[in-house]
Amino acid sequence: MKLPRNLWAWIVALAAMHAVIACAGFLAPYDPAEQDREHPYAPPTTIHFRDARGDFQMRPFVHPLRREADSFGQYTEDTAAAIPLRFSVAGARYRLLGVVPSRLHLFGAAGARVALLGTDGFGRDQFSRLLWGGQISLLAGLAATALTLAFGLLIGAAAGFRGGWTDEILMRLAELFLALPWLYLLFALRAFLPLTVSPLEAFFLVVGVIGVVGWARPARLVRGVVLSAKERDYVRAARGFGASGGYILRRHILPQTASVLLTQAAILAPQYVLAEVTLSFLGLGVPEPAPSWGNLLANLQQYSVLTSYWWMSLPALALTPFFLGYLGLASALQRWADPSKMEASNLGTRW
Amino acid sequence: MTRYVLRRIAHAALLLTGVSLLTFLFTALTPGKYFDEMKLNPQIAPGTIAALRAQYGVDQPLPARYARWVSGLLRGELGYSFAYGAPVGPLVGVRARNTLLLTAVAMLLAWGIALPLGIWSAEREDRWPDHLLTAATGALLIVPDLVLALGLLLFAVRSGWFPTGGMAAVGAESLAWAARGRDYALHLALPVAALVLSTLPMLVRHVRAAFLDVLDSSYLRAARGHGISRRRLLYHHALRAAANPLLSLAGFSLGTLLSGSLIIEVVMSWPGLGPLLLEAILARDLYVVIAGVLLSTVFLAGGNLVADLLLYWADPRIRAERAGT
Repeated sequence: MKLPRNLWAWIVALAAMHAVIACAGFLAPYDPAEQDREHPYAPPTTIHFRDARGDFQMRPFVHPLRREADSFGQYTEDTAAAIPLRFSVAGARYRLLGVVPSRLHLFGAAGARVALLGTDGFGRDQFSRLLWGGQISLLAGLAATALTLAFGLLIGAAAGFRGGWTDEILMRLAELFLALPWLYLLFALRAFLPLTVSPLEAFFLVVGVIGVVGWARPARLVRGVVLSAKERDYVRAARGFGASGGYILRRHILPQTASVLLTQAAILAPQYVLAEVTLSFLGLGVPEPAPSWGNLLANLQQYSVLTSYWWMSLPALALTPFFLGYLGLASALQRWADPSKMEASNLGTRW
Repeated sequence: MTRYVLRRIAHAALLLTGVSLLTFLFTALTPGKYFDEMKLNPQIAPGTIAALRAQYGVDQPLPARYARWVSGLLRGELGYSFAYGAPVGPLVGVRARNTLLLTAVAMLLAWGIALPLGIWSAEREDRWPDHLLTAATGALLIVPDLVLALGLLLFAVRSGWFPTGGMAAVGAESLAWAARGRDYALHLALPVAALVLSTLPMLVRHVRAAFLDVLDSSYLRAARGHGISRRRLLYHHALRAAANPLLSLAGFSLGTLLSGSLIIEVVMSWPGLGPLLLEAILARDLYVVIAGVLLSTVFLAGGNLVADLLLYWADPRIRAERAGT
């Protein structure tokens, strides 16, 4: 199948962004839970290229941080010691892509902590937490998207293909789900599920809640496609030849829902990533010590963090490239699937 | 007309009943969790907890609880808050008023900006102001509302120009009315700005698309040929013609606005439904959650009802359709 070039560009860009997050273990210099109680709220480490005499150094270096006596979060660089930055160093153990055990990290420095985005109140490296947190947030968003689309496909196909009272009941139910403001619905469901759970349970809980809540819109779209496909001549012909309902659905009707489902996936994925971030931000999602983009931002709910430690707000920026990628992908997909709807493609929606 | 209105109202009422049933079904997942946490406290006797459970009716099966809640609702009671030990109605009422104030101001402002901006952009289709605006709305679209709210909060904290939470300064009641109004406006500014910025791109793009559809229609070209002024052409003739998709969008965007305000209220500590709902979830305060969720549906259904009525008023095609059937 030949895809237009701009669609390819968005796919490649998104794949690259996800690859960065998938390789978090290698790119992040530290374990996300590794604490350094001596250096809470340390500002981003400065990478130096010029030594004390002002000469340019080929190998960048860092100065270790020294906490000022009797202070909390006041640091000075110890310029006496210059620690060279090294590439592919051995560090904390991790599993690449969750499978391959490794100790190799892209960069690091022996004897000093390199915190590109500063550290949090426990002295944990924000850069490492951001990368690792991305794994949880993105995975939750994508898994929830898959779940929603599976529900949507199942229910929409059933409603459209069976018709009659099945259709009536399912579509009235969909109307109920659409009648609630999305986030309130999400909260309502989350409210009645257990609060204190382990990070892993919380992850599945969040995926489940987000995935279950959003089925109505894709189900309606799928139903529309199925309804129109059902009346096509080749479907009637197949039926005339004695094909079973399951066969017709599988062979002739469901393949036609692919473009709707793909477009919906591109629209829903960023929303669902944001939903996970929002839930974790409010303390209803993945709990500490596991990092997620939401609970990284949750630090900002403390007034002192907001006023004094500007680097703590940097993780918020991580969301925007992904949003851009998915938005671009969604409009390119819509344009490709249905060129007549050029205009509708880039209207943009928010939940 | 009356039949149309009655049908819309009946539809909204049915929807509300359905949503209340749905929420109660959700509660079946964990009935009476609030009291389960009391069991962990050795100072509370098991008998006390059982008595409390009976008092609040959480030991009864789901249909009985629903019947009890509905009969209370008919008497104007929304249930009883476990955590506050007070009726839910007044508790939620104040918060709902604040949320309504926030969303209403934001909605008016957002449409007030989006309408002229979208029309202006549609008039200059494919010229650089249009491209510039599309790029600007695109840039806003990729900033999630949570990030937007946090950014504005950070701005307020750093600049010190705006208060960073609440609805009014301490002791605002004793101020003269002008100073009090200024105080309210300052507190409203940031949450409203966050809400407007998060809904604006979607609205502008829809207005632009709706007007593009209308602007090259033959009747508008004829009207232009008659020498009708640009202003009257756009804001009278074209607006009436483009009203249909925009009014539907207005109803739909209310849901977006309510969801957005939920987060923004929490981030900016605006005393609306958002923070109350969050507290209630964390405290397992069953009936507060149900009331909050249901109120949001009432707002949304109400907004859609108003949009439907406006549509009936604005679009003769719908009136004709009704008269025909």
